[in-house]
Amino acid sequence: MTETVTDARTTRVVVSRRKEGDDHGALRYDTFDVAVGPRTTILDALVAIRRELDPTLTFRHSCFHASCGTCGMRVDGREGLACVTPVPAGDEVTVEPLGNLPVVSDLVVDMDAFYDDFDDAGRPLVRASETIPGAARAEGVDELERYEDCIECGICLSACPVAGSDPRYVGPAALAAAWRVVEEPRGLDPGPVVRLMDDEQAAWRCHLAWECSEACPSGVDPAAAIMRLRRSAVGARAHRLFSFGGNR
Amino acid sequence: MASTTVGRGRPATGPARRRGMLGWFDPRGRRLGGLAFILNRLTGLGLVVYLYLHLMILSLLVQGPNAWDDFVDIALSPPFLALDVFLLTGMLIHGLNGIRVGLVGLGLVASRQKALFIAAMVIAAFVALVGALRIFGGE
Repeated sequence: MTETVTDARTTRVVVSRRKEGDDHGALRYDTFDVAVGPRTTILDALVAIRRELDPTLTFRHSCFHASCGTCGMRVDGREGLACVTPVPAGDEVTVEPLGNLPVVSDLVVDMDAFYDDFDDAGRPLVRASETIPGAARAEGVDELERYEDCIECGICLSACPVAGSDPRYVGPAALAAAWRVVEEPRGLDPGPVVRLMDDEQAAWRCHLAWECSEACPSGVDPAAAIMRLRRSAVGARAHRLFSFGGNR
Repeated sequence: MASTTVGRGRPATGPARRRGMLGWFDPRGRRLGGLAFILNRLTGLGLVVYLYLHLMILSLLVQGPNAWDDFVDIALSPPFLALDVFLLTGMLIHGLNGIRVGLVGLGLVASRQKALFIAAMVIAAFVALVGALRIFGGE
């Protein structure tokens, strides 16, 4: 924690604040001087602020190791997980909530709509293709499974410039999840998912800024998934066209 | 709260912090793909403006030969020729990046978007340089 770090310096943390009851939810920025060390993360700094300077500061976090996806936010204008984003070397850092999602309070955004689109996509959770049948297992463990890479942090949606101008756009995460359903159907028919995402507000709304893939902290590469989903959609359309209105 | 129509009718607890279309042109925090996205929009808008300027200039023809000859004299001046180079560069960037967007956007080379952008810009720079030498060098 910052109090115990040697070689500590003080940095000014500028935090976006918004409370529903304050001035009708108006946005403001508060500044806090925080002692930080070379390994201090943004989440460390926020925890220190809440503990020592302002207990009303609201933010969401859980695992502290980039696994739960709950601490996504914007640091100096760029999306990242606060738990693994070091405090930059400069004198000041600005921390804001994820963009393109409604702000509930301070750095907390409402993820409901983001999750709803995942449900539309089928929301795959376990990679059937990447079980490790030959791996050494602890006693009592029958099989090792690998979860999908996406940690549902919302960072890709925040980084997307198209989502920034069109609230109807499904967004990169749900489209990447849809692609995983198509790529690895797990016994299901991927046709309905392809048809659902073959929509002007889904796979065809992406304008290829590639920011989602660059920002993703989990290596999902949503942009490439969207492009592959498009290819599947075109293939499905061609199949329907040449099968004279068949149901696929 | 499952929705049956993709991306529409979302509930909201408060205002989403969207940057809007102006955010399309904000280079802060952008990486290569984002810069390509901005560049394609800027050059696209520039080409649209040029199209209307071009039509306006062509309308000089209805004012007779003298009006057209006067314009040609201006068009051969170095500042105007520099604008020609600027236009050529914009066309090359937009056209070549457009080919990249088409190839990547249909999933044909989805994993090569950065390499394609760099290649497109190298070709654009080379052709623009050759074009500039031709434009300023005359026949």
